[in-house]
Amino acid sequence: MERIPILKMGRVLLVTIQVDLQDQVALGLQDDLSARIEQTGANGVLIDISALEIVDSFVGRMLASISGIATVLDATTVVVGMQPAVAITLVELGLSLEGVRTALNVERGMAMLAVDDRNRIDD
Amino acid sequence: MSLLGERDIVMCRQMVRRLTQQIKFTLVDQTKMITAASELSRNTVVYGGGGEMRWEIVAQGIRTGLRLWFEDKGPGIPDIGLALTDGWTSGSGMGVGLSGSRRLVNEFEIRTVVGEGTCVTITRWK
Repeated sequence: MERIPILKMGRVLLVTIQVDLQDQVALGLQDDLSARIEQTGANGVLIDISALEIVDSFVGRMLASISGIATVLDATTVVVGMQPAVAITLVELGLSLEGVRTALNVERGMAMLAVDDRNRIDD
Repeated sequence: MSLLGERDIVMCRQMVRRLTQQIKFTLVDQTKMITAASELSRNTVVYGGGGEMRWEIVAQGIRTGLRLWFEDKGPGIPDIGLALTDGWTSGSGMGVGLSGSRRLVNEFEIRTVVGEGTCVTITRWK
């Protein structure tokens, strides 16, 4: 089964989804990311979905669940780069991606995570 | 095309993309139709125990559209009203598959017989 690479940049884990996701691959990413957050002590996760041509309820659920798991592991998740057509479709489908933070692009997403990092009281 | 496993859900999305491009749907219309097909093909695979998708490019007067059928010989849906309710799910999903895909298309029809199977037909016009 193919896996989606997870890159570490400072205290942020960076994931770029570039393939049309099979359901199992999406689930694998969820497991891999939780393990990597724990191993690395990362406090931010940035998921770039700009190459995704659709987000259906399965992928939507995966994003929401990653974000939830990361929060429990004390990391903030930002989903970036959603195409406008995908956003329109997602809202019409009835998915609100509640609890998932989004940013227009990688740059803004990284800025968001940097602010979040500075505001942490633990270090 | 047959819809038997997860890989077929990906193939189905690619097929629907090609078809919607062929009849020159706008990007938003393509995305809506592909997303609906993704939801319905997953239902066929996961809840219907596998089945098939058929397609037809349809014309009505001057308008062109794409019609897709998702058919399985699974357990059927005992309560369609309930299945079409937002947030209701028989499985582990978010419960937007059927109700949500209905909102993404212009025509939506569901025929189901308990113990025999389910066929969902969707049409989107250009």
